[in-house]
Amino acid sequence: MHPINTSKFEREEWDRIAASQQFKDLLSLKKMFIIPALVFFSAYYFALPILIGHAPKLMSTRLLGTVTVGYVFALSQFVMGWLIAWLYLKASARFDALTKDILREIEHPPGEH
Amino acid sequence: MPVSLLVFMAFIATTLGITYWAAKRSRGASSYFAAGRRITAWQNGFAVAGDFMSAASFLGVIGLMAVQGLDGVLYVVGGFVAFVTILLLIAEPLRNVGKYTMADVLAYRMQAKPVRAMAAISTLATIIFYMIAQMVGAGGLVALLLAGSGISYNMAVVGVGLLMMSYVIFGGMLATTWVQIIKAVLLSTCTLALTILVLRHFNFHLGEFFSAASQITYHQDGHSVTRDFLQPGLRYKLPHGPLDLISLSLAFIFGTAGLPHILVKFYTVPDAQTARKSVVWAMLLIGSFYIMSTVLGLGGAAILGPDYILAHGGTNMAGPLLAQALGGDVLLAIVSAVAFATILAVVAGLTIAASTSLAHDLWTNVIRRDVERRSREPVTVAQIAAFLVGVASIVIAILLGPASNAVILASMGMAVAASANFPVLALSIFWRRFNTTGAIMGLSVGLLSSVGLILVGPNFMGIDAPGAAARHLIQAAPLFPLENPGIASVPLGFLAAILGAKLTHEPTPEAKFNELIVRANTGLAAEKPGAL
Repeated sequence: MHPINTSKFEREEWDRIAASQQFKDLLSLKKMFIIPALVFFSAYYFALPILIGHAPKLMSTRLLGTVTVGYVFALSQFVMGWLIAWLYLKASARFDALTKDILREIEHPPGEH
Repeated sequence: MPVSLLVFMAFIATTLGITYWAAKRSRGASSYFAAGRRITAWQNGFAVAGDFMSAASFLGVIGLMAVQGLDGVLYVVGGFVAFVTILLLIAEPLRNVGKYTMADVLAYRMQAKPVRAMAAISTLATIIFYMIAQMVGAGGLVALLLAGSGISYNMAVVGVGLLMMSYVIFGGMLATTWVQIIKAVLLSTCTLALTILVLRHFNFHLGEFFSAASQITYHQDGHSVTRDFLQPGLRYKLPHGPLDLISLSLAFIFGTAGLPHILVKFYTVPDAQTARKSVVWAMLLIGSFYIMSTVLGLGGAAILGPDYILAHGGTNMAGPLLAQALGGDVLLAIVSAVAFATILAVVAGLTIAASTSLAHDLWTNVIRRDVERRSREPVTVAQIAAFLVGVASIVIAILLGPASNAVILASMGMAVAASANFPVLALSIFWRRFNTTGAIMGLSVGLLSSVGLILVGPNFMGIDAPGAAARHLIQAAPLFPLENPGIASVPLGFLAAILGAKLTHEPTPEAKFNELIVRANTGLAAEKPGAL
């Protein structure tokens, strides 16, 4: 793909791209992944200090041998982070494909042939 | 020759060799500040991990868990989870919109001069706290490890300072990146080896290991106590403990995503896709490193016991002491050398981030904004800045001395990043109505409130028992009850930024928002990789 020269872009060009259906689709697709992911991981993460501080009995409960709920919950944060990262990598393949379409459109506007 | 010296000499020789190689390849600004934007995904992932896994995480966290059990685990979880925020919200827009610094993104829609100047101040404040913590840690480490060898705290601080200055001044970002990659490999290997040795001590029987960690006997206020180190509550006690925990968690999760020396790393890769993959690489490394650190911390408690650790150099020495117990003086030497390399890689990262901000934000875009410049000028200014930053850190670390608390200094840096940098960065990427006033107010209120609350908190204010060593700077009851200001200063930073924007009207930032989101999401007009 040829690099698109944006040095002569006027405000209207950026506004036009931002208003295009494809770009709106890209943003809503991203939001559909990112917002639930953020809500989920924030809740999961802040549950750890909150429970350790306010429910020490629960966090001290032994789960397996002497291993406590608190330790397992702490380690599960790493698994949670890796899981979100993996899901995001998978989802971003679709973002990239849509982005490519948008860039192609800018380079060859449909009505220009 | 002692093994530690040998390992350390090998590290210095290799890294100086890399610096020479990098200096020969250097061509202009994009090469000096961003390694020509040609670092690959795994390389940048390792470099980010090498930049982030500081002495505080390697020495501090193992020690905290070895002495206070599960409560110490919060220090590692927050730093890791923060990379999810970086992955989902920050890395890609930053790479697509900016050039060399965080301020590139902040100033994109705003009045560049005031925003850049303020961003440079908060960048420098974050880095200075963080840097001094590292230098003090390095000096203390050497003083303890090489006691009797004639190398003093001051000599160690000067040595670290000179090495980091040569990496940064001559080798720029390329040399810094490779120093960090090598350090990440060394540190991960070393941690893995130690973990295996800890588990071997318990015949690779996990049940036996955790059972030992659940009955730790030590002395407290003259009494012998036995505690379960897998249970919480040893560090964070009532009344303020639970709130302090949340405050710390807030500072970690937002602070990491606002650390200038981490953010600049995403400019060293060719595009946003590579930046994204590199965050995932970093998460793999940092996560497994932290999981192993918890094993080492609990292992330190079970094998050495808190009494032994506190009597032999304190919590920061738990890791090296564990190595000595498991592998003798040879392993102690290797671990110490690796800890030293760790500090070097982090301070080099901090120095290049500080000098980039001084040269690119303050000099090029504020002081000499409207002046015709020679092309080498930004690099020369950055090199001078790196020299000054290096000298200043050496002098401050020597003045403060080995007794100052490295963890508190590092947490101040983290709190500033969380309260000043992160809110403004996030709002300028995602909020159309955000403007210059909001950015300036967010940065200044975040900076002042985080530093101010630490100064009137229990780390600096308190009444020392008569006859005990003076521990508090101000002899009065603390005005703010928590050690970490995050729970107050992060919302204050956000609030000031939002209020500032709501109360004023500026047409340009709003009108330019479309341009920003198109660039952030498509990579259109993003900086291209250049020659190394």
